[in-house]
Amino acid sequence: MKALTSRLISDTKKNKLRHLGTTLRYSLYVITHPFDGFWDLTHEKRGSLGAANVIIVAALLTNILKLQFSSFLFVKVIWEFTNLLEIVLGFLAPIVIGCLANWGLTTLFDGKGTMKDVYMAIGYSLTPYVLIQIPMIFISNLITVQEGSLYIFLHYLSVLWCGALIISAAMMIHDYALSKTLLTLIATVVGMMVIIFMLLLFFTLVSDAIAYFISLYKEISFRFY
Amino acid sequence: MRKKTKFIIFFCLALILFPSASVRAERTTYTYTYDYWRVERESPDAYKAVETITGSKLGIGDFSNPQGLYVRGNRIYVCDTGNHRIIVLERDGYNNVQVIDQISEFKGDVENNTLSQPHDIFVTETGEYYIADTNNQRVLHLSSDAQLIKVINRPVDQTVDEASDFLPTKLVVDKAGRCFVLARNYNKGFLQYDREGEFIGYMGASEVRFNFTDYIWKLLSTQKQKSQMAQFVPTEYNNVAMDKDGFLYATNSVFEEHMLRSDEAKPIRKLNSMGTDILVKNAELPPIGDVWWDNAGGVSGSSRLIDITVLDNDIYYAIDRTRGRIFGYDDQGNLLYAFGSIGNKLGYLQFPTAIDHMDNDLIVLDSRNIGITFFTPTEYGKLINDAIMAYSVGQYELSADYWREVLRLNGNYDMAYVGIGRALLRQEKYKEAMEYFEFALDDINYSKAFQLYRKEWIEDNIIWIFTSFFLIITVPIVIGKVKKIRREVAEAE
Repeated sequence: MKALTSRLISDTKKNKLRHLGTTLRYSLYVITHPFDGFWDLTHEKRGSLGAANVIIVAALLTNILKLQFSSFLFVKVIWEFTNLLEIVLGFLAPIVIGCLANWGLTTLFDGKGTMKDVYMAIGYSLTPYVLIQIPMIFISNLITVQEGSLYIFLHYLSVLWCGALIISAAMMIHDYALSKTLLTLIATVVGMMVIIFMLLLFFTLVSDAIAYFISLYKEISFRFY
Repeated sequence: MRKKTKFIIFFCLALILFPSASVRAERTTYTYTYDYWRVERESPDAYKAVETITGSKLGIGDFSNPQGLYVRGNRIYVCDTGNHRIIVLERDGYNNVQVIDQISEFKGDVENNTLSQPHDIFVTETGEYYIADTNNQRVLHLSSDAQLIKVINRPVDQTVDEASDFLPTKLVVDKAGRCFVLARNYNKGFLQYDREGEFIGYMGASEVRFNFTDYIWKLLSTQKQKSQMAQFVPTEYNNVAMDKDGFLYATNSVFEEHMLRSDEAKPIRKLNSMGTDILVKNAELPPIGDVWWDNAGGVSGSSRLIDITVLDNDIYYAIDRTRGRIFGYDDQGNLLYAFGSIGNKLGYLQFPTAIDHMDNDLIVLDSRNIGITFFTPTEYGKLINDAIMAYSVGQYELSADYWREVLRLNGNYDMAYVGIGRALLRQEKYKEAMEYFEFALDDINYSKAFQLYRKEWIEDNIIWIFTSFFLIITVPIVIGKVKKIRREVAEAE
C-alpha cells in the first residue's frame, strides 16, 4: 500500500514535471507563431503558470548575469552604486503592476482574458529576450567595439520581438482588434503610473500616520515622565 | 572586576606596543582628477605651493591690481597695473627672488613717455619688450634698455568706430616679429600686426553664436525693432599664450554653461596661423575645467578659465577664476589633475589674473592677495610629466615604468593604466594590455588589444578549431552510416 502511494506521488510529480516541460517547449512555438500560439495558450490550455514563472525568472537572471559577465565594452556597471534588490524589484514590479493594470482595464472593456492569462502572456512574451540575451553575453566577450553594431542589432531585435509578442498576446487573449489593443496598451501604461502614484500616496500617508502616533506617544510619555 | 583590570592593562600594553599615531603630511593644495564616470577622485598633490611673494616683501611697495605676467628664462616680468610700472624679477634657485628692474617710463620720441595701466607684457628672446600700455591706447615695443623702437596704434579699419577707445589688454609676439593683440571691445579675434607695426588683419575670430529663438524673433521683427535688439556678436578671448612652436592658446569665458560639455563653448583653443582651432580633444570630455559646478561657499557656476600657459612638453595649464583652481591637461586633452582653491592659505588663490611657467614650475599672479605664488611639481607631478615626456619621444617602456610609479602613488589614475596598457600593447603582450585597459574602461584601446589577442589565439589554435569543426560535421555522418550498415546487416540476417 505504502509503496503504491509513493509510486503514485512520484508519478504525479513526474507528470507535473513533464507538463512543465511541454508547456515550456510550447513557448518556442508561441514566439514563432504568435497569433496561433497565444490563442491556444489560453483557450486550449497549452501553456502553464509554472512555465511563465520559469521564463520570468530566467529573464531576471539574464538581466543580472548580463551585468556581471558581459564585456565592459557594451555593459558598463558602476558596482559601487549597483543594488541587487533594486534590479530584482525594478524587473518584477513592472510585470506585476502591468498585469494588474491591464487586467483591470480589459475587464472593463470586454477583454476575455483573466489575470492568469495576462500573466502567462507576459511570461511567454519574454522568451525571445532570454533566448537572445543569454548568447549575447558570450558574444559580447568575443567582439570588439568596432563590431559592436552586431550587439546593438541583437539587442534591439530581442526587445522589438518581445514588444511584438506582447501586442499579439494582448490581441489574442482579450480577443481584440489591433487598434483597440494598442489603445488598451497605452492605457495600461497610464494605469501603471496611476497605480504607482497611489502606492506612493498610500505609503506617505501611512508613514505620516505612524509618525503622528509616534509623536503622540512621545508627547504623552514626556508628560508622565 | 579582575577581568576588567586585566583587560585594561592589556589594552594599555597594546597601545604602547603598537603606537598608532598617524603621521600625516600637511596638505598644501586640494588635488583631484575625474574617473571614467566623471566622479571626482582625490589624488596626491601634483604641485605644491612654495611661496607667495608680495611687492612689500620685495621692498618695492605692494602691487596694485597686477594684471599681466610673463616669464622668460629665469626672469619674471610683472605688470603692476595700478602702479603703472613693470617689475622685472629674477629667480635663482628654489625660492630666492630679487628685483632687477622697474620700468615705468622709457626714452623715445613720443608725447607721453610713461606707462599708464599696462595690462600685459611680452619679452622676446633678445630681451625686447612688448608692452600693452592700455590706458595710453597703444602697444609699445621697447629695446632691452627701455628705448622706444616702435609704437603700435589702433588698427586702421573702417568697421571700427573711430571714437571708441582702443584698449589693448593681452599680447604675444611670434618669432617673426608678428604681434597678436587682444583689445577690449574688439570681437573679431586677434589684431595682427606685422614686424613694422602695420595692422595686417584679424585672426581667429570665434564663430558667431546665437540663440535659435532669438533668431526667429529677429526674422519676424521690423527694422526698427531689430536695431533695438542686441546684436549677435562673436565672443572675445580673454587671454593668450604662445607655445614653443608658435601656436596661440587662447581662453575665453563667455558662453552658456550647457555648451561646455557638448564642446560648443570651447573655453580653450589652440589656434594655428590661419586662426583655426586645432586643439586635440581625445578625452571623454573636452578641456572645460570643472565638470560639476556645485554651489557651495558662495561660489557657483562653471569654471571661467582666464589664463593659460603651455609647457615645453605640450602640457597646458589653465587657471579658473570661479574656484581658483589650476587645471593641467596633456597634449591629448586628458585632464592630468586639478588643484587649488579659493582661500587665504599658501597655495590658495583669491582673484587670479595670470599664470605662466618657469621650466615645470607654475607662477600665478593674484590681484587680490597682490602676490605671485610659485608652485613646484611634487614627486607625483614629476612622474606624470616624465611619463608623458617619455611617451612623446617614443620611449614607451620607460614611460610605462613611470606610470607604474604613478600608480603606486595613486591607484585611481586612469591615464596610468592606459599608459601601461599602451606600452604592453607595443610589446605584444595583448592579454596584459587588455587587463590594464579594462581598469581604465578604455573601449578603443581595449578593442585594439583584444583584436590582436583574438587573432593570435585563433592562429595558435587553428588546428583544434578545424579538428573540432571537422569532428562535429563528420562524426554524426559516420555514426549514421555505421548504424545503417548494422541495420542492413541485421536485416540480411
